[in-house]
Amino acid sequence: MNKTENQRGWFFVLPVLLLVAFNAIIPLMTVVNYSVQETFGNNEFFWAGVIWFEDMLQSERFHNALLRQILFTGIILLIEIPLGVAVALTMPRQGPWVSVCLVLMALPLLIPFNVVGAIWNIFALPDIGLLGRGLNELGIDYNFTRQVGSAWFTIILMDVWHWTSLVVLLAYAGLVSIPEAYYQAARIDAASHWAIFRYIQLPKLKRVLTIAVLLRFMDSFNIYTEVFVLTGGGPGNATTLLSIDLDKIALGQFDLGPAAAMSLIYFLIILVFSWIFYTIMMRNEAQ
Amino acid sequence: MARITLDGMRHSYSPTPSGDDDYALKRLDLEWSDGGAYALLGPSGCGKSTLLNVISGLLRPSEGRILFDDEDITGLPPDRRNIAQVFQFPVIYDTMTVRENLEFPLRNRGLPSNVARQRAIEIAELLELSDILDQRAAGLTADGKQKISLGRGLVREDVAAILFDEPLTVIDPHLKWQLRSKLKELHQRVQRTMIYVTHDQTEALTFADRVVVMNDGNVVQIGTPSELFEAPHHTFVGYFIGSPGMNVMPCDVRGGQAFFAGDPIETTNANLVKEGATGLELGIRPEFVSFAEKGLEVRVVRVRDAGRSQVIDTERAGTIIRLLLLEGVEVPAETARIAFDSKRTRVYADGWLVE
Repeated sequence: MNKTENQRGWFFVLPVLLLVAFNAIIPLMTVVNYSVQETFGNNEFFWAGVIWFEDMLQSERFHNALLRQILFTGIILLIEIPLGVAVALTMPRQGPWVSVCLVLMALPLLIPFNVVGAIWNIFALPDIGLLGRGLNELGIDYNFTRQVGSAWFTIILMDVWHWTSLVVLLAYAGLVSIPEAYYQAARIDAASHWAIFRYIQLPKLKRVLTIAVLLRFMDSFNIYTEVFVLTGGGPGNATTLLSIDLDKIALGQFDLGPAAAMSLIYFLIILVFSWIFYTIMMRNEAQ
Repeated sequence: MARITLDGMRHSYSPTPSGDDDYALKRLDLEWSDGGAYALLGPSGCGKSTLLNVISGLLRPSEGRILFDDEDITGLPPDRRNIAQVFQFPVIYDTMTVRENLEFPLRNRGLPSNVARQRAIEIAELLELSDILDQRAAGLTADGKQKISLGRGLVREDVAAILFDEPLTVIDPHLKWQLRSKLKELHQRVQRTMIYVTHDQTEALTFADRVVVMNDGNVVQIGTPSELFEAPHHTFVGYFIGSPGMNVMPCDVRGGQAFFAGDPIETTNANLVKEGATGLELGIRPEFVSFAEKGLEVRVVRVRDAGRSQVIDTERAGTIIRLLLLEGVEVPAETARIAFDSKRTRVYADGWLVE
């Protein structure tokens, strides 16, 4: 066989190469560029080596923001994944209510992020908000602008409200794709509801749940708008998650070097965590 | 172990059936004796899977009763009937090992684990799964998985009948034959009633002692494979079973004598045809038609090679009559005469054998 020797094949990959270059590689490289330089404005840059990375990794402020971020993501994953599966299990599989449920479920996902923040801000106001006022009327001292606990309670509740639907929809899609024969076989085998869940539904949901965990992990680790609108990172720095802290450094203080270094560390953390999640959840798949 | 009786059973998927057409199953009275190997044979959509689901309890029939021996079990859910079912696509519990799969129905029924373990080992032996007992079931091939589904039925000592819903659909052709003979062998060893649903006549005829042929929600004929072949009770059975199917030719009957295209044809039952009967047809299998010196004059239209035999299409008065010849036998050109085996030529009225 004669192999055709020419380079025309490259033209096929050129469009995607350009696209990836403009939307990922070039911006990322700009950040890399900033992260190793020092600037005092005036568009003058000086080589700084890895000093920003060293600073950032030793900075207590960064450690605290990272810890808050891990705590936040951990809590919402622990709530949203089981809750999403539970809701999906109770949804009807056929009949007119299916579309009603799906539309209701999709609603929170359709609301712009800053509107979500604004809705919850008003909803939770201790003097006039339904939630804030209601809790206070019940005798619970609640004020999300002053108390750390209240602020955390509110951002978590908001995220659960906003994103559990995504898990529900993914889990529901996984559930309806299980062939009827599995349920029939389980009935003949006298399996209990729990056994059906444990041995049929959960294993069949594994792939969609992997996707759900990954998406929710990445999105919640990147969360910015809703929390920013709701609490602005406060009270104090109590709800200053990584992205809010990054914003303060980059745009508040205009420290481009440290902000760039933090961005890269932030990016690597997400990459590593995603890889770990994926590897753990898929480890049995190969067998 | 039990005899299964269907008593005046009908089923409709519509909650308010108005006519016969709304019924997926039209009034069945059937009796399956204990330990038999039965096949339910029919084209797609004839109601055979519905019937199977009614027996296993996954569906509740609209009317009528199902009895196991003399006990009415019409209202019982599947787990309280002594029934096992093997589905078209292998159903296994992915996260479990082969052993756990086999023990699962027993554990759910609260059997002590040493008993369950022992039973699983015995059944694995029977199904030649012993070597892979501790492997994950998800990794097996389709035929291995199908054996596990069957095993989950066999493992229960109380099982009265095992139902198979086209179980070989996803099995590779060369394994189909193996698994089919294995099933047959198993039936002889365990002596449980087995009901095997299929649209494949080869599967039905090789597996079953008695075949129930269904069409359009009705049971058309119940018989041994040879009865179905030799004496179809309905023209549907005639052309559904056999390859090629039975020849069906329009005819008329005068004074106890059948005529096709003006020529008299000798039959077994023309004298039984009642005055004014409609939709009269002659049925004869291609195997029992031969070229002859004298007989019906026909035109040879087409000759096809079908392995060891050749299928010859002849035509008379717009009707195709097929016959089989061995390979290599000379086929007359153009016109010829054919003769029918008169003991196997029957008259049908509106599709049904005249009796």
